[in-house]
Amino acid sequence: MFDRIREKLTILADAAKYDVSCSSSGSNRKNDNKGLGNGHTSGICHTYTEDGRCVSLLKILLTNHCIFDCAYCVSRKSNDIERAAFTVDEVVQLTMNFYRRNYIEGLFLSSGIFKNADFTMERLLRVVKKLRIEEKYNGYIHLKTIPGASEELIREAGLYADRMSINLEMPTEAGLKLLAPEKSHIDVIKPLDFVNKQIIQYKDEKKLIKHTPKFVPAGQSTQMVIGATPETDKEIMYTADAFYKNFSLRRVYYSGYIPISNDTRMPILGTQPPLLRENRLYQTDWLMRFYGFNIREILNDENPHLDTDIDPKLSWALRNLHHFPIDINVAPYQMIMRIPGIGISSANKIVQARKFGRLRIDQLKKIGVAYNRAKHFIKCIDTPFQLNDYQAHQIKAFILAESASKYLKTATNQLLLF
Amino acid sequence: MIYLFNGSLEGLLTAVFEWFERKPGEITLILEENHQPDAFKKTLTIYNNREKADRVWNGLLIRLDKNWIRRLYCAYLSEIPAAFNHIFHFTCYLFQSKAGVEKNYGNPHVIAISKYAKSVEREKHRMEAFIRFEEAKDGTFYCGIDPDFNVLPLILKHFKDRYADQQWIIYDLNRNYGLYYNLEIVENIYINVSNKRNSSIPMDPKEKLYATLWKDYFKSTNIEARKNTKLHIQHVPKRYWRYLTEKQVELI
Repeated sequence: MFDRIREKLTILADAAKYDVSCSSSGSNRKNDNKGLGNGHTSGICHTYTEDGRCVSLLKILLTNHCIFDCAYCVSRKSNDIERAAFTVDEVVQLTMNFYRRNYIEGLFLSSGIFKNADFTMERLLRVVKKLRIEEKYNGYIHLKTIPGASEELIREAGLYADRMSINLEMPTEAGLKLLAPEKSHIDVIKPLDFVNKQIIQYKDEKKLIKHTPKFVPAGQSTQMVIGATPETDKEIMYTADAFYKNFSLRRVYYSGYIPISNDTRMPILGTQPPLLRENRLYQTDWLMRFYGFNIREILNDENPHLDTDIDPKLSWALRNLHHFPIDINVAPYQMIMRIPGIGISSANKIVQARKFGRLRIDQLKKIGVAYNRAKHFIKCIDTPFQLNDYQAHQIKAFILAESASKYLKTATNQLLLF
Repeated sequence: MIYLFNGSLEGLLTAVFEWFERKPGEITLILEENHQPDAFKKTLTIYNNREKADRVWNGLLIRLDKNWIRRLYCAYLSEIPAAFNHIFHFTCYLFQSKAGVEKNYGNPHVIAISKYAKSVEREKHRMEAFIRFEEAKDGTFYCGIDPDFNVLPLILKHFKDRYADQQWIIYDLNRNYGLYYNLEIVENIYINVSNKRNSSIPMDPKEKLYATLWKDYFKSTNIEARKNTKLHIQHVPKRYWRYLTEKQVELI
């Protein structure tokens, strides 16, 4: 019995690991029925795998049986792998016992599609209902919305889950059609839109009626596979931007494609996953969401790809040297945030501290500014006077000379010609 | 001049009061036990005085918002001698200046306090993440920890709210006190045995089973092709590995 569960857990955790979403933030569910667990606003990562990704949720599939045959997925119908399925009770027991030992922050439940969408969604719903109602479990639950499931089932699931997500898989419709002819972006957009409208509706009701139940308090997210199909960074980020805007998504995840099959439409087995590209896309994502950048400033027709040797914020600054140097003692907060080497918390501190006197270089360093990078773009009261203006490529060379990329040791997909 | 105090928050606040009463100019606040007598400097030993400490504390409550009070408290819990001195000077600076001066990040004491507070909050967050309970025979969940800073008072609420339906003990092995939740309230406890690591307590038979399942899960959720040991260690520094069930080697 025990061995069977071990085996199932191994198979179904292995199949679920390519879904990179693991955040447990955004839910403030209280433990007010003296049950087990609560939401933690900023989320908690309980451990990290050897690849450095956080493990915050018990991430498993209910089953890896699937009627679809998507080329990028390990659980595709034509793939010859071991198949398994958990019973509802097994998932509930695993979650409760892991949670009690503080191993996990909650459950991330996904599933291959067996029989049809409604049948699968109904099973997922049974698990979360049992956890919430019978076991008085108030911890985090991230539930996959199954595209094509009926609206009643999705709405009911939303009452128990903290976050729901559906993966876009490929950044463009053309890419998706190439690898998964049976699927389409419309299948994803419809339920995303439905859940988003429900969230807004429940929020409005909450303003009038205080005890309106929570509905997906941690919002929705999605994921795109990067590097399986030949999209540009611009296409990827424009899609992400549109989804952030249209469906108020909390997160878009970018997952570097890890070759899992000999399919000729995709990178061959043994190719390094595009880790650096993934990193740059996340940096762009952050600039877009927290630093007030418009995606068109970073990626446009002249620059369809992100630089690999420098981060997107620095490359924006180098392309727009006419904005610099910025005097940090008078510049508005929005401009200070755009200086390479100054992050959000340093920018906040600078804006507060300068009310008490103009800032010097040593104070900036104490505040946490990466001064060696920022010095090319800022002015403060003891900035040394400088006669010549450096060109963008000179500044870039200075910065690259004194910093070592953490990616240099790992092989990149790009070969050097000279 | 040197002020000596005994390391308690009350003593620290009393020191602030004494300074304002005497105004002796530049002083350094030093822990009594760390003090090396010095031929050239005068010293004054501060004796705890609840009344004086309360007056200073109430003054702080008026001047600082909730977040800053917490930062100050966190910096105190770091138990680093230099942090005490910074808290002392920060408090004096605060009472001598106009309102809002705690936001002056150009001031060395302000920035020092926010750094100490950040370290303590980080340790607190790590404890919330890395504590692994083991179920004892009597159904109590136990974990022994030895955090860098005294974070038990900070993690109390988190664990009380979260594990409301199970009895648990979190024991600070270094500072030799712990928290015990008896399904109603959390109490301070002192255990008087030499071996407080989990091995001395009879464990529930299910415990091993779930530990094995968790280790299996940890292994199978890893993606070999993305191996990145540097990042792994950055997130889970090696000194925390002893807590982590998934990092224990299987003894067969």
